[in-house]
Amino acid sequence: MRVMAQIAMVMNLDKCIGCHTCSVTCKQTWTNRAGTEYVWFNNVETRPGQGYPRGYEDQDRWKGGWQLRDGRLVPRAGGRARRLARLFANPDMPLLDDYYQPWTYDYANLTSAPLGDDVPTAPPRSLIDGRPVTITWGPNWDDDLGGHEHLGDDPVLRKLQDDVRLEYEKAFMFYLPRICEHCLNPSCVAACPSGAMYKRIEDGIVLVDQDRCRGWRMCVTGCPYKKVYFNHQTGKAEKCTMCYPRIEAGEPTVCSETCVGRLRYLGVILYDADRVGRAAAVPDEHDLYPAQLGCFLDPGDPEVAAAAEAAGIPDTWVEAARRSPVYALITRYRVALPLHPEYRTMPMVWYVPPLSPVVDALTETGNDGEDAGNLFGAVRSLRIPLTYLAELFTAGDTVPVEASLLRLAAMRSHMRAINLGEEPDPGIAEGVGMTPAQIEEMYRLLALAKYDERY
Amino acid sequence: MFGRGNRSTLAQRAADAATQRLLEAGKLLHRSDTTPDLRVLYQVRGSVNDSPYRERWAHDKVVRSTHGVNCTGSCSWKVYVKDGLITWETQQTDYPSVGPDRPEYEPRGCPRGAAFSWYTYSPTRVRYPHARGVLLELYREARARLGDPVKAWAEITTNPEKREKYQSARGKGGLVRTTWEEALEIAAAAHVHTIGAYGPDRVAGFSPIPAMSLASHAVGARFMSLIGAPMLSFYDWYADLPIASPQVFGDQTDVPESADWWDAAYLILWGSNVPVTRTPDAHWMTEARYRGQKVVVVSPDYSDASKFADEWLHPHPGTDGAVAMAMGHVVLKECFIDRQVPHFQDYVRKFTDLPFLVALHERDDGGLVPGKFVTAADLGYDDEHAQWRPVLVNALDDRPAVPNGTLGDRWSAEKGRWNLSLDGISPLLTLYQDAGDSAEVLMPRFDGGEVVRRGVPVRRIGGRLVTTVFDLLLAQYGVPRPGLPGQWPTGYDDPASPCTPAWQEEITSVPAAAVVRIARQFAATAEKTKGRAMIVMGAGTNHWFHSDTIYRSFIALLLLTGCQGVNGGGWAHYVGQEKVRPLAGWQQISMAADWVRPSRQMAGTPYWYLHTDQWRYESFPAGALSGATGPGLFAGRHTVDLVAQSARLGWMPSYPTFSANPLDLGRRARDSGQDPSLWVSEQVTEGGLRFACEDPDAPENWPRVLTVWRANLIGSSAKGNEYFLRHLLGAQDNATAEEAPPEARPRDVAWREAPRGKLDLLMALDFRMTSTTLFADLVLPAATWYEKHDLSSTDMHPYVHAFSPAISPPWQARTDFAIFHGLARRFSELAAGRLDTAWDLVATGLLHDTPAEIAQPGGAVPDWRDGHPARAGRNLPAVRLVERDYTAVAAKLAALGPLPGEEGMTVKGVTIHAGPEAEWLAERCGHAGDGRPLLDTDVKLCEAILALSGTTNGRLAAAGFAALGERCGPGSELDKLGASVGERRVVFSDTQERPVQVATSFEWSGKESPERRYAPFTINTEHAKPWHTLTGRQHFYLDHDWMAEYGEQLPIYRPPLDLAALGEGGAGHSGVTVRYVTPHSKWSIHSEYQENLLMQTLARGGPVIWISVEDARAAGVADNDWIEAVNANGVVVARAVVSHRMPPGTVYMYHVQERLVNVPRSQATGRRGGVHNALTKLLIKPTHLIGGYGQLSFAPNYYGPTGNQRDAVTVIRRRSQEVTY
Repeated sequence: MRVMAQIAMVMNLDKCIGCHTCSVTCKQTWTNRAGTEYVWFNNVETRPGQGYPRGYEDQDRWKGGWQLRDGRLVPRAGGRARRLARLFANPDMPLLDDYYQPWTYDYANLTSAPLGDDVPTAPPRSLIDGRPVTITWGPNWDDDLGGHEHLGDDPVLRKLQDDVRLEYEKAFMFYLPRICEHCLNPSCVAACPSGAMYKRIEDGIVLVDQDRCRGWRMCVTGCPYKKVYFNHQTGKAEKCTMCYPRIEAGEPTVCSETCVGRLRYLGVILYDADRVGRAAAVPDEHDLYPAQLGCFLDPGDPEVAAAAEAAGIPDTWVEAARRSPVYALITRYRVALPLHPEYRTMPMVWYVPPLSPVVDALTETGNDGEDAGNLFGAVRSLRIPLTYLAELFTAGDTVPVEASLLRLAAMRSHMRAINLGEEPDPGIAEGVGMTPAQIEEMYRLLALAKYDERY
Repeated sequence: MFGRGNRSTLAQRAADAATQRLLEAGKLLHRSDTTPDLRVLYQVRGSVNDSPYRERWAHDKVVRSTHGVNCTGSCSWKVYVKDGLITWETQQTDYPSVGPDRPEYEPRGCPRGAAFSWYTYSPTRVRYPHARGVLLELYREARARLGDPVKAWAEITTNPEKREKYQSARGKGGLVRTTWEEALEIAAAAHVHTIGAYGPDRVAGFSPIPAMSLASHAVGARFMSLIGAPMLSFYDWYADLPIASPQVFGDQTDVPESADWWDAAYLILWGSNVPVTRTPDAHWMTEARYRGQKVVVVSPDYSDASKFADEWLHPHPGTDGAVAMAMGHVVLKECFIDRQVPHFQDYVRKFTDLPFLVALHERDDGGLVPGKFVTAADLGYDDEHAQWRPVLVNALDDRPAVPNGTLGDRWSAEKGRWNLSLDGISPLLTLYQDAGDSAEVLMPRFDGGEVVRRGVPVRRIGGRLVTTVFDLLLAQYGVPRPGLPGQWPTGYDDPASPCTPAWQEEITSVPAAAVVRIARQFAATAEKTKGRAMIVMGAGTNHWFHSDTIYRSFIALLLLTGCQGVNGGGWAHYVGQEKVRPLAGWQQISMAADWVRPSRQMAGTPYWYLHTDQWRYESFPAGALSGATGPGLFAGRHTVDLVAQSARLGWMPSYPTFSANPLDLGRRARDSGQDPSLWVSEQVTEGGLRFACEDPDAPENWPRVLTVWRANLIGSSAKGNEYFLRHLLGAQDNATAEEAPPEARPRDVAWREAPRGKLDLLMALDFRMTSTTLFADLVLPAATWYEKHDLSSTDMHPYVHAFSPAISPPWQARTDFAIFHGLARRFSELAAGRLDTAWDLVATGLLHDTPAEIAQPGGAVPDWRDGHPARAGRNLPAVRLVERDYTAVAAKLAALGPLPGEEGMTVKGVTIHAGPEAEWLAERCGHAGDGRPLLDTDVKLCEAILALSGTTNGRLAAAGFAALGERCGPGSELDKLGASVGERRVVFSDTQERPVQVATSFEWSGKESPERRYAPFTINTEHAKPWHTLTGRQHFYLDHDWMAEYGEQLPIYRPPLDLAALGEGGAGHSGVTVRYVTPHSKWSIHSEYQENLLMQTLARGGPVIWISVEDARAAGVADNDWIEAVNANGVVVARAVVSHRMPPGTVYMYHVQERLVNVPRSQATGRRGGVHNALTKLLIKPTHLIGGYGQLSFAPNYYGPTGNQRDAVTVIRRRSQEVTY
């Protein structure tokens, strides 16, 4: 056992209002400068939608992450020799158009326009070279289901094309905020020919050493989430830093603290580094989620605590792991799930899938979705198709997604009874493998979500 | 394991721990560490270069401030400063706690706010004073030649050539830099000249939403009030004011704070897209779902809010009232007839007008229609104000009774009866008895048919055939009872009879079964929880011409189920409803009521309707929208005639008031030696005094000088934007509408050749370029929200907090405070020898919450033109003679006057005296030698606002509750409530430290404390305090003549306007005709942030129109194609966003996409495409003009016609994809 500590995040998509405050505060803090105009360490995607950069989840095209070859993990982009051969002409890399051509406007014209024949306006200009531009794509182009003809190119939707229709009456959407996953098995680190990318040993944050980076951009290809970016001014890679200058000062990341949906949780997870390689290489993609769970160590276990101490992990961190809301949501309540485990990078930013709306599909039969008797049927007939969520979070396996949603639905049903002054039916909790007390603990974490319990 | 960043000790401890940990880790590791298979490279700090990010994060200080934007957020922010420059902002997290078992306020904020610092150094920042070059040349030449600023201004504005030259250059660029000295001199000269030549009521100020920066608003409004210039209302003008609120509750708007959503067990989001428009508050909705709250979203599109809905209903836009009427039908049938729910019964008897008696009125044709409330006077009582005491039947003795708490008790000499206690009275809800008497009543309908005949039980009382409001309501909602005559539905599935679920399905497309189910769930939840069911209602239902009917049908649901005045229940109207929590102090300061009373306060909508000449393009008669049961009062009249009638009856104020300079009138009135009210009454009767609104296009009746600050009138709120450009400014426009033909023109209002360019001066204060600054003659560089001291509050949370400067205003920017003081000083200098001291005849409307609201008993129309004797203050505006020393304006602006102590401060009819506060302020702020406290800095102004308000000064709250308790009687226990907050006190430095919770005060209707959230009308329900209405209860029924004319005495369904049938808007353009709706945007707050690069990058980079897949296909439009929206009012050029979340037949152009960025020239006219309001035009709903009658009385931003814009239609077509700028 090799105990390591990881700062991990859980985002509760069921609470995400898609406001993009996280994106803006992150952008303002870290990347509103020359060379990173197009860079959003944190972005929010409307799903269904192509995301940013567009279609990034299509690994047949972008070759990110790992694949299994002869039972061994190899980067999808090819082995070290193949990557070196392509140092100067890498076809598997998004171009600026795949992100978007950053623009600004000729704002000065509003004040300085000479007397003319019409109202002054500020036409768009390239933020890169100042020339007039036509705006045809942006970092959030499909916001709120905008651009009907583009939505079908959502790589997840393409897998489900026959099942899901993009029609008014059947409309569904949810938001997916994304940062770097700070993976346990990061393919960007493995892809770097310069040894510039690394995972901090003390907290698992994945960073780029700005001195060692030579700008080969193999990390950009290697990352299946496309969360490593190339600074075209410095010629070096940059990425989400998990706000380490804040983390080290005991403050949550900017995106977490500024999330007005109050849906982000930060915490420590202890894991066994020796198990990661094997877990990432399980043959069946559906086993990746349980395999990753199997890497996590119970901080309440005295043996784990002893091993952590032996590994030099401070006691305060072990204590933090015990109180970690992230650990609770992932392992205790099993409501948070990893994003695209099939990339085999063992991502460490997890998501509670969006529950709502649950009643909608049931109402045709006149039922009440929160009635315990209907609860389980309701979750199987969601407006957001389970299969869509499963393609995001569990490599297509709907069972864990359904289990997570059922626990959320059970919480609502249980708490509604209390809210109305009625006795909750203990069968509701039992039906999802929890006790009423556990449901109420989970409710506290998800609904009250006090500052000092989120972080 | 992480703490709040601003708690330095915690942060320090964590940093120490981190350092220690890193040192320890470093000992163990001397070289790079990798996994055995080399997949992962581990590193520790020290061996790598991670300093760039540490350096970027480093900053010198963090300053607390907020955003003065009218979003109702009022979030507290950390502004980071490095090397003297603002770098970015993140949210504060140190709010007062909401409670241990609830989610907290933190971290309030949204992406717009997070992008604000972009403005500080952006290229759109106004850095220096600017003036239109053409005007400046003319002025400099005249000034040099004449040697006098005022003479120079007089010349260039009265010389037709010069005037046309600079007015026609408006909006065409050519702004040039000037000095502060010159800019303020021009502005001061314009004010002095206008006051002398035309009168102070030809000057006006526009600055909306004081709560978003109290001091910045107050300082300018105070200047305007000191010189006698009207301040223009905004809340009604924005169509955000729900007229249903004064109609039903007798109050402007009072709503629960967002944390109270948590208390609701059932929540309907109706036309409100909370995640977008109430971003910092939305989490209570998402979190309350985990407490088992049900969420129903009613929205035509699959909106951001719909994502959270247990059920999404999507009625056709504007038909929401039909859904609500059908829900009311179900609730009345199942909870009042089939079964009687005790909570509902108790509630409606005690807190609503349902038991009150209404006389049936016999028409000439013999048909019966609902008439007037039966009053004590009708029963033969002759006690004081008997006409203002509606009556009901006491079930205990089955006789008519006069209950306590009606409007007569509010203003009677005898105190102590204005309360809702029902000693010895049990209100009888219905007159229905087996085999009792009944009568058939005609009820109007607007769904295609004309009238419906339905029976009500009746009795003869006081010589009248009467019934109860409840009985009329059942008839209106079509809920049958055995034995009553008339046409009744056969069941829920009867589509032919109004108000059934099946009837609404044909109108709205919402399945009848869904309506029945939701109505039942709603009522059942309210029954189980004693009223914890809530409707969040938003602009989607509030911006229509007939929104008051939509809202009344929503509120009816809440009243029937006993939800109003309950935590977690009731209406939650969230449209521009920012609340000035420190109300009394702000009122005194901003209206300069400490020096001079009254101030001129103008209803914005009729002001713009008249002065931008939009009425000239309206060709349908006012009677076109009357109900079939009405008496025909509007027949043959134009709406502008009704506007004029409303003004001459004292209902709405009107400025300019008379076709003469009020300073001349003041002198004449004074010289006459008569009481000014009598003098005016005589002059009007004899025809010597004419109302300006009856000849608005005469040059002496034009507005001349307009100052806009904290606002963007042109391009943002200006409904009928192209008419503003044409008539008010004399600029070019894109409208093609025809003027009304001679036979459709007004009867009382004069028709002249249409003037172009009424305004002599448009002055704008701003920190960024907007449509208003583009058209302004003078553009003054204002400080941003991170560069000044101010106060912020909102109704979404119960605390006040401060703006503080993170940096000094850069370049030549100045705070609004400094600008108005500078203007006042120059103005006072120029006034010497020109204006000096004058007597100003000030006319005001008959004001709400004053004894003037009982001026016109019976809700009739006592027009002196029709032979009623003219009496100022009764059926004419009220008049007062006011002395103005124009040379002392600057000195008065900078000191607190004596009146709050001497005469007191009156808020909502309650008067308190601020003697101790004046002394305290003199000690705190210093005094001007004469003992008057100084208000010569923004901090002192903030201090005065807090000191003079009950919410922030418990002594005043207690005094107010004591006075109110006396009026209401000892049973109310209001004095105890006052005592509980008497020790509370908030001073400005507290609000700079962190947001501070305010306390319960008589200024508002709800109670609040650390233990409970603010919910409106809890003082009414828990202390038996009457509502500010005729009956003292919440009103279903409105008996004014004009309400009867419009068929809206009761809640009723009225569809969106059929503009084509009214001859409005069509222009014969080819393309796809669609409904044009302008909801609030995700990427801006009105125009604020709209041009912000971060927001444009996250949106589509320019103006867009959202269109359904079907409509796009019909128009041949693909996503991101350039399109044009054209109607008779103007042209919009935008890109299309094609989406299946949009319903066919309706397009959205999100609110306030200006011409500022990425707007090419239109193909239709060759001129720059318009703003979102280029396609709208003002239409005034006459019932909003009613005044002088109980809760239907004017107060600024409280009651008045709405500038609604949502009924618009347009043609959409694909245009050439080649665009030029």
